[in-house]
Amino acid sequence: MSEITTRDSGSLPDHGHGAPEGTNPDDLARPLYEGPGALPAADIPHRPRRSDIDPKAARRAERQVAALFVLAMLMFILFVVGYIAISPFTEVYVPVFGLIGAQNFVLGLTLGLGIFCIGAGAIQWAKKLMPDVEVVQERHPLRSTPHEDAEALDQYERGKEESGFGQYRIIRRTLIGAMALLPIPLIVLLRDLWSPKDGSFGPSPVELLSTTAWVEGMPVVTDGTYVKLRPEDIPVGGLVSALPENIMEIQEAEHNLNARGKAAIILVRMEPDEIRAQQGDGWDYQGILAYSKICTHVGCPIALYEHRTHHLLCPCHQSTFDLADAGNVVFGPAARRMPQLPIGVNEEGFLVAKAPFAEPVGPSFWERG
Amino acid sequence: MKALAARRRNPIVATLLLFVALLGVGGVYAVATSAAPAEAVATADQTAIDEGKRLYLEGCSSCHGLNAQGTATGPTLIGVGAASVHFQVSTGRMPMAAPGAQAPVKPVDYSEADVAAMAAYIASLAPGPAIPTAEQLDYTDADIAEGGVLFRINCAQCHQAAGGGGALTQGKHAPSLMSSSAQEIYEAMLTGPQNMPVFADTTLPVEDKQAIIAYIKDLQEAESPGGIALGRIGPVAEGLFLWAGVIAVFIGIAVWIGIKAR
Repeated sequence: MSEITTRDSGSLPDHGHGAPEGTNPDDLARPLYEGPGALPAADIPHRPRRSDIDPKAARRAERQVAALFVLAMLMFILFVVGYIAISPFTEVYVPVFGLIGAQNFVLGLTLGLGIFCIGAGAIQWAKKLMPDVEVVQERHPLRSTPHEDAEALDQYERGKEESGFGQYRIIRRTLIGAMALLPIPLIVLLRDLWSPKDGSFGPSPVELLSTTAWVEGMPVVTDGTYVKLRPEDIPVGGLVSALPENIMEIQEAEHNLNARGKAAIILVRMEPDEIRAQQGDGWDYQGILAYSKICTHVGCPIALYEHRTHHLLCPCHQSTFDLADAGNVVFGPAARRMPQLPIGVNEEGFLVAKAPFAEPVGPSFWERG
Repeated sequence: MKALAARRRNPIVATLLLFVALLGVGGVYAVATSAAPAEAVATADQTAIDEGKRLYLEGCSSCHGLNAQGTATGPTLIGVGAASVHFQVSTGRMPMAAPGAQAPVKPVDYSEADVAAMAAYIASLAPGPAIPTAEQLDYTDADIAEGGVLFRINCAQCHQAAGGGGALTQGKHAPSLMSSSAQEIYEAMLTGPQNMPVFADTTLPVEDKQAIIAYIKDLQEAESPGGIALGRIGPVAEGLFLWAGVIAVFIGIAVWIGIKAR
């Protein structure tokens, strides 16, 4: 196998094509490489391979390469046999892989091994039997020649002249105008970033991020089954994923899941004396607490509630909130506590929100400060 | 009395007496048989409760207290119900071998009868969730797709979407559900063992629980057509496997290609 050494031609030592110094004069098997652009390297010591010196070793290498190619042939034949003979529904237990389709396994194994054997044979052939000589490959300098520089400049000047850019004033000015307006559509797309506060441009992104579907008196329903809840439905230690009652209507009107994403909450119930702090006075209902389900770090939905520690763990980055202590962060990258939704019951005895969320749910954003 | 004495040798008297005696025996027997089963059941219950109390004092009271009132090392068991006892003991979680973040599953030391006796004892202390009936555990008609929706909303956050389990805080973990029986799943939802929240019948009715069990059972039976499931957590595990495992093989091949033959 040839070893290619690259270096700048400027530092290439001038040593001609002769047999380099430091090689074994007895090395008769060493082939000479006289390809274009390559010079034998004088300063790399050459060590002959066993297959260069020993004809027996050379023949062994030859047999090895041939054997690999024969093995490849065998694999391709086995592939066809496997395709015809094995039913696609037969299963076989293979250690490590478990129970898998026998045909798939045989097809993959034979085709993969066959192609691998061709490659391995080729590499072995190149390593053991093809010419073995160290060469230096010259690399031309990276800088263009002065002639090329001059030609490029000349073409530019000629193009300027032939296009008449200096001559047709109206074309020049309209082109400049078109180019000046090109960024306008891109900027308009970002108009959300500076929506006026008076709402004349629709709700600002800050407002959208700060409000949810929860309003005063909005009944709480279970996620998935959309059933209204009574306080006695939730046992101590219980956990319920919940949504506002009108979530499906909003979803169908808006044709997206944004409202659901913001309004998702969890209800948990603990003994009232276990609650050490809340975000507002009496925001629980007989030990039932409602917290946002959206992590304040990057917005993963979280409901990994441990009912003995009252910890709420986010599976994405391990932010942990203590729901018995006002939803404060006790661990992890989240910078803000989990927003709490004040809840109570309406005159029919169903759990409802007593007020909207007092702070934006979900991850932080620029204007939130 | 004279008239009666005079007629006592009448053949009719003998017949009459026999009739009265038969009535008496039959009546007493009828009363006895109707009372006996109730008494027998009560005695059997009481036997089970006594046996359960004995087992409780031996195996559980060091942590849960002599009257199941709870201690610093174990919570009270008053009101946890028979379902909780069955779940914890029949899976080997209780009694714990050593205090730790979470009771691990281990070989069970008790017979089915022992577990039932302890469950009866704890249930006799205060009402609590009962062991689910065969009817409640019958999930054959349940809607697997609906179960999948409910599982992803209520269970997947800890047990992972394919039921493989996952890590919680400070050494605790949500176990894999791949070998759980329908009864264990039902009891776990009903009682909230360890740090698992309670999913009571009021918020997750029996049909919903059956649907969730049907979904988990479907996952348990699902095959992995590609071989190694890698925890069934999708491209992350597969990517990690390729980067960490297969790339080492590729590096080995690259080194072999690059090495100079001797």
